[in-house]
Order: sequence, then structure tokens, then C-alpha cells
Amino acid sequence: MSPSVRLQEMIRVIRSARTQGEERGVIQRECAAIRAQFRQADNGGRSHNLAKLLYVHMLGYPAHFGQMECVRLIASPRYSEKRVGYLGAMMLLDEKQDASLLITNSIKNDLSHSSQYVQSLALCTLACMGSAEMCRDLAPEIDRLLRASNSYIKKKAALCAVHIVRKVPELGELFTPAARSLLSEKNHGQCVTRDTHTYMPDLVQIMKGLVTTGYSPEHNVAGISDPFLQVRILRLLRILGRNNDAASDAMNDLLAQVATNTDSSKTAGSAVLYETVLTVMDIKSESGLRVLAVNILGRFLLNNDRNIRYISMTSLQKIVVTDHNAVQRHRGTIVDCLKDPDASVKRRALELSLALVSAVNIRSMMKELLLFLSSCPPELKAQAACGIFNAAERYAPSQRWHIDTILHVLTTAGGDVRDETVPNLIQLITTASDLHCYTVHKLYRALITDISQQSLVQVACWCIGEYGDLLLRGECDEIEPVQVSEDDVLDALETVLQSHMSSPATRGFALTATMKLSTRITDNVDRIRSIVSIYGSCIDVELQQRAVEYNALFKKYDHMRAAVLERMPVIDKSSPDHSNGESGGGALKEVEPPKLKQGEAVTAQEPANQVHDGDNSQDGHNTLMYSCDNLGSPTLTVYEKNGVTLKLHCHKQSETGLTVTLTASNSSDWDMSSFTLQAAVPKSVQLHMKAPSGDFLPARGTATLTQTVLLNNPNKVGLQWALWIRMSYTSQGSAFQDTMQIDSFPGPACH
Amino acid sequence: MIKFVLMVNRQGQTRLSRYYEPVELSRRAALESELVRVCLSRSKDQVCLPDFRLVYRQYAALFIVVGISDSENELSVYELVHNFVEVLDKYFSRVVSDTIMFNLDKVHIILDEMIQNGHVVETNKSRILAPLTALDKMADG
Repeated sequence: MSPSVRLQEMIRVIRSARTQGEERGVIQRECAAIRAQFRQADNGGRSHNLAKLLYVHMLGYPAHFGQMECVRLIASPRYSEKRVGYLGAMMLLDEKQDASLLITNSIKNDLSHSSQYVQSLALCTLACMGSAEMCRDLAPEIDRLLRASNSYIKKKAALCAVHIVRKVPELGELFTPAARSLLSEKNHGQCVTRDTHTYMPDLVQIMKGLVTTGYSPEHNVAGISDPFLQVRILRLLRILGRNNDAASDAMNDLLAQVATNTDSSKTAGSAVLYETVLTVMDIKSESGLRVLAVNILGRFLLNNDRNIRYISMTSLQKIVVTDHNAVQRHRGTIVDCLKDPDASVKRRALELSLALVSAVNIRSMMKELLLFLSSCPPELKAQAACGIFNAAERYAPSQRWHIDTILHVLTTAGGDVRDETVPNLIQLITTASDLHCYTVHKLYRALITDISQQSLVQVACWCIGEYGDLLLRGECDEIEPVQVSEDDVLDALETVLQSHMSSPATRGFALTATMKLSTRITDNVDRIRSIVSIYGSCIDVELQQRAVEYNALFKKYDHMRAAVLERMPVIDKSSPDHSNGESGGGALKEVEPPKLKQGEAVTAQEPANQVHDGDNSQDGHNTLMYSCDNLGSPTLTVYEKNGVTLKLHCHKQSETGLTVTLTASNSSDWDMSSFTLQAAVPKSVQLHMKAPSGDFLPARGTATLTQTVLLNNPNKVGLQWALWIRMSYTSQGSAFQDTMQIDSFPGPACH
Repeated sequence: MIKFVLMVNRQGQTRLSRYYEPVELSRRAALESELVRVCLSRSKDQVCLPDFRLVYRQYAALFIVVGISDSENELSVYELVHNFVEVLDKYFSRVVSDTIMFNLDKVHIILDEMIQNGHVVETNKSRILAPLTALDKMADG
């Protein structure tokens, strides 16, 4: 008995070690003692030593010197030593170690041992850590064991076979006939193994038997006969029925019976029901069954046990995509789960709620979600904010509601929203033109309360800059007016500029807003000038640049100030990127501002960022002037309709540039006047246009119009020449318009 | 499939660990401490982590944690854990944290009889304990 006491003693000593260092010392001493004992070929204590070593290994210390000992112990005739040896092998060895090869022979011998327990040990170990070579060697043995009469062995052999098949797939065929015979056995334990396709009716039979037979004390778990087996069979049915109509039909009855008969008051029953639900969802079941499944999940949601609520929400998440309406019924419960104290449940409830938002329930859902946002744990805030924005964008019942919602989110969770929220919101505000007054008042109020939320401050600054005159006028229909003087507004903006909480981007917003106000207010222009000139020597380069430019605007180009700083046009979210021929006071380009004739840059605000999504749609707006030479060949007729013919001729000029000549002629019987061509190109291409030869196309092709277009693609990679042309003309007193796309240009020179 | 089974006490000390998927030693300690931290800080019994899902159950001062892949039924594993504890109870008459520690090899044997290679093999208590009783008889005799 003494060696095992020593094991307990060792454990006690290790546990009593107060520090990490002390523990390490104790373990090192023990390991040294164990090593010495191993070397001695001592017999009695070997298994106990190895047990001690395993304990040490579990604690995380290196124990590789025990591998050889494992091998030796496995080879010993005594069962207890074999046991520990195999245990050690399973824990210390994996197939990458060389020592595992040494036990192959032992395993082989043990597989033919008379005692079933020894055989099972060998099978266990092989299943656990057999390498591919070992599996190949021992496969015939396993096969023989599969056919053995002993059910205990058969079970283990089956699992071993599974492992082998996983490692060495070609041996799979070897085991299939054996597996078939297994399934017809009634032994419960054996059914917990792999699948074959044609034996589903047998499985259904077994399952029915299980459900309808009475109490079986051996397999009983809380009143339900062998729930584990039931679950496994259900899963098997799911795999079989997944894409198979005939199989699914056969299963329907059974599933309905299981679903109704199983008692769900205990967890075991719930487990079976859950598996049933999963199976119903996966196979091609009839709709009545699906409704039953969703109802079961709904019942789970009302359960007091948190676990069950959690998994029902997980599965509802998967279902909501396909059976949206069925899940809607349980919306109330799900929203209640948002208030559950546990974080996982909250997360699931949030995801599910966001998926359930629809046009009908948007207002009530949004109320709940906003409430949740103010009290939710920080890791969920970003996700919640993002989800709320998406939902609001898709289903907003009115613009004012939309703006209100976004403002609310910004004030509660402003730090967690994504960057593109700001341009999105600004775009939204510009489109809601009747709400400008209301919006700017609200934002001003939010600004003076709190300047720590960067997104909110940025939007507020922008709005004040744009609609400052509305703010100062004081009157507003929808919100009670507050008298705001110019000084107040400038004070607010200056606070933002000077605060250490403001990020550089926010400061930029504030500075530009201040500048814009110079055209909208009357009294304090000098104050603005002084602010702007102070920032001319700011350390931040961006701010300094802006300030210097604004200063220049005051000094040298004062006459243009009003035009430059006038109100922004409505930003169209889907307008494509065009290169700008002429600036039309406020035309938006990507990030570059509209170029003034003097080449000065005045910032066209950040919101322009997200406007151009690179989509090349057909709407060209800018009027460009072309001139076109009527060269002979090669020409491509790109358009021919209503008597108008448009020909295209291109020749390459440089590595990256292309000159295109468009010729228009009129073969109808009527003259065409005001003939104009407009063009658009993809983002990567620059466009330069020359004046057209005229705009009058006489009838019957007596004269033609030409225009020249110069295209330049500075990055040679991905040369995409594509051109959209819109022509408009007046014929017989009515206006015509048409558009066409050219994406292949004639002539070898063009590529 | 079951990825691992752990028994950890409240202080974070591992009482038993069994991995059914190769996880290298250095990662194991880090994994175990992280798991304990997660389990201790919440009041619920199921958890989601990046690589796998956790099902755990608390018995007095001991946490039994099972890591499973996506395809397993969590409630079923929950019941499995309880079944395991009941088997231990039956064999050792009364199970406390110390019992497990001092009879680690036997506990491993029981666990092996129940779960093999990540799959549930046997859940019948008497059949699980059969080889152990045989072993004990052989040891005595």
C-alpha cells in the first residue's frame, strides 16, 4: 500500500506549496525520484510512479521521460500495470512521438488477448492516438473484432474503426459490411456509431421502440428512456434526411410523435426536443411540422432555465431567415430577454431582435432597442448601434423620426459608432430640407450640453456651419425656440476648437463651420477673422492649411467668399463619380474640392467621401464640350436610332491616353438643333473635352458635327476604357434624349 | 464532437483534463485559465468562445467544463456531464474535489469508458463501472 500513499502524499505536498516556485521545486524533486526509480527496473511501484507522473503532466510540467516507461508497462502481463501504461500512452504520446511506434506490437498482441478488458484497453488507445501506419497495420484485427460476439468489444471496435476511417479513408470500405450488421443489433450502446444510408427504416423502428416502450431502469435518465441514444438517432436522421425527400417523408410521423410525447420538464427531455427541432428544420419536412418546431422553441423561450432560453434563441436565429413570420410571434419574449442579466443571453436576444425588425414594428422595436442601448454592456454597444442604424435606414417611417433616432444613438453611444455614420447622417440631413431648422436647433442644444462624443460634435458643427442663419433666426415650428445670439454660437464653436477632447477631424469641422458662418452672420465677422488667423499658426498641419486658405479667402478673394461658402446642394447618395469639366458652385467631387480658376482649394466637406461608390450608372450630368474631327477609319458606329447616327473613331496618343472623335449625323427628314453630347467615364479615367464643331444637325446628312474627347488613364493597371454618352437634341419642336455605353473601342491602337 | 473535458476548482487549479483533439502543452495552461475566468464571471451555464462552445456545470467548488464543436447538442452534453458525476458518485460513494484528485487514474478510466475519441460511447452506469470493478477484484485477489 505504501506506494499509493506516496502518491497521495505527493499530491498533498504539491497542494500545500504556497508559491509557484515552491511547487516547482517539489515537483522537480519528485520527478527526479521518479526518474531514478524508472531506471532501476523496480517492479511494484512502477504503475504508481507513472500515475504520479500523469498528475504532474496534468499540471502542465514536462513529463516526456515517462514515455519509455509507458511502453514497458504496456508490455507487462499484469492488468493494473497495463491499465496505467495505456492511460499514460493516451495522455503522453501522440502520433508524432517515436515511442508510439513501439507500442504497436503490444497493441497487436493485446488485441488478441483472452480478456475482453485488455482488448478494450488496446482498442481505446488505438482509437485515441493511432497514427496512420498503425491503423493500417491493425485494421484487419479490428475488423475481426467487429464481428466478434461480445457486444462490449464490438462497441469499442466500432469506435476504433471510426477513428481509423478518419485517419485512413481508404480503409473505410473494409468496415462497411461490418457496420451494417451492427445496426441491426438491438444493443443500445452500439447504435451510437456511424451511419449508412439504407438502414434508415431500421433506425426509425428502433426509435419508435424507444419512445413507446416503458420504463427501462438501466438506461433511465430522469424519466426518459435513454435520451442520449434518442439524440444520436435523431441526429443521424437529420444527416440522412437532409437532401433526401423520401427519407424525410418517412421520418415525419416519428418526429411528430417524439415532439408531442416527450416530457420537457426535465433537461433530458428538453435535449431530445431540441434535437427534434433541429432535425425538423434541416430535413425537407412538411409545414405543419415546422410550425410545431417553432412552437416548441417558443415554449423554450418562456422556460425559466436560462440555458434553454439561450439555445432556443440560437436556433431561432437560424430559422428567422427562412420562416420569418413564425418567429415574429415570439417577438415580445425575445425583446424581454434583452433585459436578462446574463451577457450571452443579451447578445443572442440583440441579434435576434435586429433580425426581427420590420416596417410594421419599427417604432416599438426601436424604443426597446434604444432603451437597451443605454443600459447594455460595452462590448455589445457597437453591434447594437450598428444594427439600429441599419434598421432605421431600411424602415424609417419618417425623416424626422430617422434623424431623431440617429441623434439619440449618437448621444448615448457616440463613441462606439462607425466612421461612416457622420457622412451618412449629414447626407440624411441635407435631404430633409424642411427639417433643417429643427435639426440645427436640436444639434446646437446637444452641442452645448456635451462635446465629448466626436461623431455628434462633428455633425453638429457641420449643421451649424450650414444652417447657422436658421439657428440665429430663432423661430422654429417643431421645437420651442431658444434665443441664440451670434456670440453664443461662436462661443460654442470655439469651445470645440480649443477643447482637448476634440479630435483633429472634429477641429477641422469646427473651423470650417466657423468660416461658413462668416457669410451667414452679420455682426461678428471680425471675430471670425481673428479666430481663423490664430489657427494659421496651429501645430496641426491640416488645421493650419485650412486656416491659411480661409485667411486668403478673406484677404484676397473676399468677393468670392459668398459664392464659395454658399449652402451645399443636396448630396445624392448614388451619384457616380464624374470628373468635373466646369465647377458649378458646389458640384461635389471625391475628396478634392472643386477647383477654382485660381487653383485655390477650398474644402468641400467630408460628407463627399461616401457619395461616390464607384458605381458607374448611366446618369451623366455635366455638360462637356467636344470637338470632333471627321477622320475616315477605323470608325465604329455606336448609335443609330431615330435618324441620328453617332460614329466613334479613336486613336492612341500616348501610353495611357486615348483620343476619341465622335461624329454625329442626321439622316432623318428634320433638322435637329441644340444637339449636345455629354459623357462620363469610370473613376480611374480622366476626361478632357474639346469644343464641338457646332450644335445644329441639318437633315438628310448634309453636314455633321464632331467632337473630340481626350481620355487619360494614369494608372496603367486595369485599363478600362468605358464611355457613357448621352445625347440630347430638339427635333420638330420636342426634346429627345438618349444614352449609350461604349466599352470597346475600335482599332488596334486603342489597346 | 467533444473537444475536451476539464474539471477545475474555483481557484483555477485543474483537477482533471482530457483533450480529444491535439492541443499542445503550452496552450493548455493558457486555455484552462481563460476558461476558468470566463466561467467564474458569469452566472449561466453555457458560453460561446471563438473556437468552440463551452458547456459547464458547477458542483459546489468544482467546475466541470466540456468544450464541444458546433454540431453537438448542448443540452445533451449538459446531461452527459451530470451523468458523469452520477457515475462518479456511484463508484466513490461520495465525491468531493479531493476524491477526484487522489484517484485520478480511476476517474480517467471512468471517463474513457464514457467518452471515446470525442464521442459518447456509454451512458449506462453499471456497464461503465464493470471494468473498474473487475480491475479492483483483480487487484485484491
